[in-house]
Amino acid sequence: MKFVDEFREPELINKAADEIRRLADPSRHYRLMEVCGGHTHAIYRFGLKDILPENIELIHGPGCPVCVLPMGRIDDGLSMAQDPNVIFTAFGDMMRVPGMNGSPLEHKARGMDVRIVYSPTDAIKLAQANPDRHVMFFSIGFETTAPSTALTLKRAKSLGLSNFSIFCNHVTIIPAIRAILDSPDMRLDGFIGPGHVSTVIGCRPYEWIAANEKKPIVVSGFEPLDILQSIVMLLRQLKNGESRVENQYKRVVPWEGNRAALAAMAEVFQLRPFFEWRGLGFISQSALRIRDTYAEWDAEQRFNVPGLRVTDPKAAQCGEVLKGVLKPAQCKLFGNECTPEHPIGALMVSSEGSCAAYFNYEHRKTAMLTNISASA
Amino acid sequence: MCLAIPGKIVEFIPDIRSLALVEVAGVRRRVDLGLLDDDKPAKGDWVLIHVGFAMSKISEQDAIEQMNTLAMLGETEAALQEIRGYGLGEEDSEQPAS
Amino acid sequence: MATAVTSKIRFHEPQIEMAHGAGGKASRRLIEGLFVPLLCESSSGILGDAAHIQMDGVLVGITTDSFVVKPLSFPGGSIGELAINGTVNDLAVSGVKAEAIVVTFVLEAGLPTEILEAEVRAMAKAAKDAGVIIAGGDTKVVEHGKADGMYISTAGIGRTIPGVNINPASVRPGDKVLLSGPVGDHGITILLARGDLDFEADLTSDTRSVLPLVEALVAAAGPGVRWMRDPTRGGMATSLNELARDCRLGVALYEDDVPVRETVRGACELLGLDPFHIANEGQFLAVVAPEHAEAGLAALRAAPGGDNACLIGEIREQPAGSVLALTRYGASRIVDMLVGDPLPRIC
Repeated sequence: MKFVDEFREPELINKAADEIRRLADPSRHYRLMEVCGGHTHAIYRFGLKDILPENIELIHGPGCPVCVLPMGRIDDGLSMAQDPNVIFTAFGDMMRVPGMNGSPLEHKARGMDVRIVYSPTDAIKLAQANPDRHVMFFSIGFETTAPSTALTLKRAKSLGLSNFSIFCNHVTIIPAIRAILDSPDMRLDGFIGPGHVSTVIGCRPYEWIAANEKKPIVVSGFEPLDILQSIVMLLRQLKNGESRVENQYKRVVPWEGNRAALAAMAEVFQLRPFFEWRGLGFISQSALRIRDTYAEWDAEQRFNVPGLRVTDPKAAQCGEVLKGVLKPAQCKLFGNECTPEHPIGALMVSSEGSCAAYFNYEHRKTAMLTNISASA
Repeated sequence: MCLAIPGKIVEFIPDIRSLALVEVAGVRRRVDLGLLDDDKPAKGDWVLIHVGFAMSKISEQDAIEQMNTLAMLGETEAALQEIRGYGLGEEDSEQPAS
Repeated sequence: MATAVTSKIRFHEPQIEMAHGAGGKASRRLIEGLFVPLLCESSSGILGDAAHIQMDGVLVGITTDSFVVKPLSFPGGSIGELAINGTVNDLAVSGVKAEAIVVTFVLEAGLPTEILEAEVRAMAKAAKDAGVIIAGGDTKVVEHGKADGMYISTAGIGRTIPGVNINPASVRPGDKVLLSGPVGDHGITILLARGDLDFEADLTSDTRSVLPLVEALVAAAGPGVRWMRDPTRGGMATSLNELARDCRLGVALYEDDVPVRETVRGACELLGLDPFHIANEGQFLAVVAPEHAEAGLAALRAAPGGDNACLIGEIREQPAGSVLALTRYGASRIVDMLVGDPLPRIC
């Protein structure tokens, strides 16, 4: 696969890992946050921790749109689809996320019309094919996904499609990074920046992190060599006492972002004054709602949304894990009450949530290595 | 947070504005090019696909430069150690466009 | 007595979900938590693909399977052909040569005869190719809208192939893991054939009888063959996890040596799926003693349709009960069983 396989080349991966070992000061402990859940997933899937020196610690950030969505929003979405005339559509990611009375898939098992779509435009096609039903699309995602929802809304409007609506759950990344940095128990040395979000917003929105917070940030691709190269770039900046925004993912990310995408978002969305993030609490101006000019296609304006609030069990320490204060396995519920099949906390619900990624790819491995060293 | 994958534009869909058939390792799907209105891609171009939309054009030139930089990581080790304090230049070095 | 039985039931989920039929962890919970405690008196039976029973001194293998597939026909195969090959394969990987199959059809009112006839013809051909007779059957018709056109259920019986003893307890560290060909073809073909994703690819299901390949392996590696399984629902990852659990050893998988077709990789990258979790209908995995591995692999490769067979891993002491994928650059990751159905994701 072009633009994929060459960035998984074992020989170059070893070279990059050597370079990291050469650059890392053995007397220092580095705490680098990968903001994006896609990076978290890739780090575990490619086993990158195994080839990094021990003094480089990767902290998993808040960039998992499924994880940070409060349970109440899922229940709100499902409550609208209790009407048998409604077809509930969402990405596969949402299907196993539990609400108070079960996940969308469990509701489907009880008879709700729940369908998985690959693209929001597929939901439009479904609405066109079912003119006597109402198709609701449960939209999630950061700035990578929001433009596609915006264009979908514009298409629905131009088609005059009256049996289609979107339940908008889009969030924005910068306020979440700010919330993390404002947290008093947080200490970070630098950021691996979210590559795909940056195709839309570009690299400028991160400049305050470099200028005010004095932390280097490298916008990074998602292949093993991308992530390793980004770590090399961060270590070089740290070695030289610099804090700049760099773009490792130039082949995909333009420095200025995607103007057409930003324009589509600006036309369709406006910022919500505040929004609740699972594990992080309320963050002001951190989420998008649909503008009144598109009210006809806004599920929140069209339906009675109960506005449910469900608090996570106190025992779940998602906030601490999300801020990197605790490792996934240090949470009291990890692997016992809270597993990918029966997630209790936010970070176990999506395969890119740090707890789920750790559970799936790492945790037995660590247990095994501990056993070996204990018996040795 | 967002799964996106490179695909090649193999043809434009006649009569339907801003749709193209894009191929990823032999798998083809209609992809919406509406987010690339400012810089329309051509047949044969590579784009990054996310949820059925092309998010950005992929620069072959930048990919080649990145591979060169990566390939040099080991080679330049000795040189880099000699030139202390200098070691950031190569990512940003401009190379001729062809 | 009843209380003694109920106390063993460990399945407490309130309702049946699709995941309970997907072949992964949920299926296992249902089978081990409800079916086995209530239906199997002793827990001696290992949950293999077929059961072995003694009849008048002859060791026979018996299996049952059912086939629910949407769409009924897809590139490379159809439900009728799957029903025969699936049954033959379950027996084959249990070291049994299928001799007779009985079939139950559950037909939906309104099913065009033309479609039924095509499926029956496909079954007849598959049975002839696999050298098995269809010895009998039953037919039920359910109301329109109830059975996706048709469901097929089968039972198959056959004699144990001489010289084979399949038992996970005989697996030892150092044994090699062989795979008959590329993984993921069937599951991805079905996913694309459903049309919901609007993806197209030149890909066909791998559905076939693996009996000739099993026979070739057994002829070459005979007593060295310790375990076999056809990685259907839940994919290769699920089968290998079952192996690891049953033999209480670790499976080390050489990730880059597992054959996966480019198109299957492409679809998996697009949809965020792991090819190791995708269903197969014409492949099998075998654990072979190290001294027989080379001969076994050579025999597989020499057999018709076995040219893509590979050595993909080995058995180790650790991680006991788990599967660990190793990369060429010295990293590793745990490969878990499938959880629920494989769902396309965007994150």
